[in-house]
Amino acid sequence: MSRKMMLGLCLLALAAPAAAEKLFVSNEKDNSVTVLDADSLAPIATIKTGTRPRGIVLSPDKKSLFICASDSNHIEVLDTQSLKIVRTLASNPDPELFDIDPAGKTLYVANENDNMVSIVDVAGGGVTGEIPVGVEPEGMAVSPDGKVLVNTSETTSMAHFIDIASHQVAGSVLVGSRPRFAEWTADGSKVWVSSEVGGSVAIIDAATHKVLQTIKFPIPGIPAGQVQAVGMALSKDGSLAFIALGPANRVAVVDQKTYEVKKYLLVGQRVWHLAFNGDESKLYTANGVSNDVSMIDVKALKVIKSVPVGRAPWGVAVAP
Amino acid sequence: MVIRTLSLFLLLGVTVAASASAAPSSIVKIAYVGAASSRSLPQAWLDQPAIDDGMQGARLAIEDDNTTGRFVGQTFQLSETIAPDADHAVAAVKDLLAQGQRLFVADLPAAALDAIADLGKAQGAIIIDATSHDDSLRAADCRANLLHTLPSDAMLADALMQFLSVKRWTRILLAAGPTPGDKAYADAIRRSARKFQIKLAADKPWTYDPGARQTDTGHFGIADESARFTQGIEYDVLVVADENNDFGDDLAFRTTLPRPVAGTQGVVPTAWARPFEEWGGTQLQNRFLKLAHRWMSERDYGAWLAVRSYGEAAVRAQTSDPAKIAAYLRGPDFAVAGFKGTQLSFRAWDGQLRQPVLLSDARALVSVSPQPGFLHETSELDTLGIDQPETSCHAK
Repeated sequence: MSRKMMLGLCLLALAAPAAAEKLFVSNEKDNSVTVLDADSLAPIATIKTGTRPRGIVLSPDKKSLFICASDSNHIEVLDTQSLKIVRTLASNPDPELFDIDPAGKTLYVANENDNMVSIVDVAGGGVTGEIPVGVEPEGMAVSPDGKVLVNTSETTSMAHFIDIASHQVAGSVLVGSRPRFAEWTADGSKVWVSSEVGGSVAIIDAATHKVLQTIKFPIPGIPAGQVQAVGMALSKDGSLAFIALGPANRVAVVDQKTYEVKKYLLVGQRVWHLAFNGDESKLYTANGVSNDVSMIDVKALKVIKSVPVGRAPWGVAVAP
Repeated sequence: MVIRTLSLFLLLGVTVAASASAAPSSIVKIAYVGAASSRSLPQAWLDQPAIDDGMQGARLAIEDDNTTGRFVGQTFQLSETIAPDADHAVAAVKDLLAQGQRLFVADLPAAALDAIADLGKAQGAIIIDATSHDDSLRAADCRANLLHTLPSDAMLADALMQFLSVKRWTRILLAAGPTPGDKAYADAIRRSARKFQIKLAADKPWTYDPGARQTDTGHFGIADESARFTQGIEYDVLVVADENNDFGDDLAFRTTLPRPVAGTQGVVPTAWARPFEEWGGTQLQNRFLKLAHRWMSERDYGAWLAVRSYGEAAVRAQTSDPAKIAAYLRGPDFAVAGFKGTQLSFRAWDGQLRQPVLLSDARALVSVSPQPGFLHETSELDTLGIDQPETSCHAK
């Protein structure tokens, strides 16, 4: 058995170039994660998970993919090489989205039903603490220096800045309705927060907790109510930001410095979360209603390809 | 004493506005007022309304408001008054007004709502009607200090007629029940049918009283009557107006021709429904189940929206002053998220909360109106109900 597996791995290694990357997609309504070749989008595997997998996040070394199995009330750990679920971590009820600290030791989990952020120790596998936040916590983002956690609460419409050392909420910033996702700029100076019902993105100064700019996305021919900002991906070089606009079926391309919307890219229906590949030459989108993922060429700003995955794709991640 | 307490609140309100999150807690007081007699028990024995129908929605929303308020130094308090009847409810509101209460959520019939809105001290107050569909309250009987969170009959009817129009089921048979509520609902259907060019193939009053239908052969009589009622009419959909659930559930599958039923039974236009789970609706359903140990009703949703609207206005306007909250609620900046995928706000001309309307049966969501393609110059949501040019509400 093990020899067969070894052989399989060897063949795989031969077939794919050294830089081959895998695209992981959580399928909320299929209780599975689809694995695709990140270049060709050819299917590699479908992995059964717990119930209602939503948020997925990679460990800093990209060897583990953490999966929020929301209705199973736990977090599963997928080995990105063996493509097997190797561990299950405890979580408080209904984990939806989470982030991992830069050291890869701690997960910060939004428990949507509980108005809590729970702190999960990756090594020990248990919940080590809880931080009360607003109603329906969702977006989670740890600062690049690992000191500050930003959490968004959907019904409260706030981004909470939480000091990781003390677990205290240091500031709460009112943003547009139903904030879904938060992401730090690579330099740690700002936090971008998307608001689904508000249809906007707020850029918050991390030091002063002031909203520097609010970006709206008026698209001719699309009713304002259908423009719902959700997933985001900010390039590390500080040049571009990609914002998924949900039922507007488009990804907005925004200049990170001028906040100008440069382009809208038409992808699948109800585009949800986004992820870059390793060198940020490609961006992948999970399209929740059309049950597919789209691949965007970041340099050309063009959608290259879309392929079907499971039902209600939610999160995306790319690992070697 | 009363005045001193009030001015203390005002002072605290100013403090909150000045410094965002570190300010001491200031209190926003919301009074929920209902009348036990406004509840009518349906003939049907399934799904009897809960004793705390409506109230539990307010309780959930006050929790939501406080979770938010904690971060901006605001505390929200909900007082609950259930009077034995509408007259006592009006008296109770009069007392509350005298004690300085200004923000109200009401689960009361139309006449009592107007009586409350007209009370002397109510001019500086705001009353959110959380449970009525009554069109007259949004028209000639409207009041400047009265807002409505549930869709009006006109909005419900328009939501259904838009759907029928999209399906090209353009001939309806209207079965109108005997109560004033049934008549109002039927009127809304007739108006909406004209608006969306749906033909009334027949418009008939439902007068049959089944007597004791629990007898062993009760279903024969109802089946015969439904067949007779619908015989000889060419139509696509049977639309029923039966607000009390007295007979509407007895029509489907008993009609002469095989035709779907919609209206107050069958496919129902409504603000909230048990099968609804889109736009994060699952979260609200779950939180409500956990709190109330039963499903959220439309009235619970109306009360939740009312208390959430106060919370949202207080937090956004950074004030605990009822007058400022009231002004913000009716102003152009107010918007509240109600798990419908879009921002909801009060129409300036009649105090109605504009919102998508669900079309749902007991087990599945069928559609959500406004239907795609029904356009409007400012908001597609205003294709549902009475729009500004046609309003007969002139309260200022």
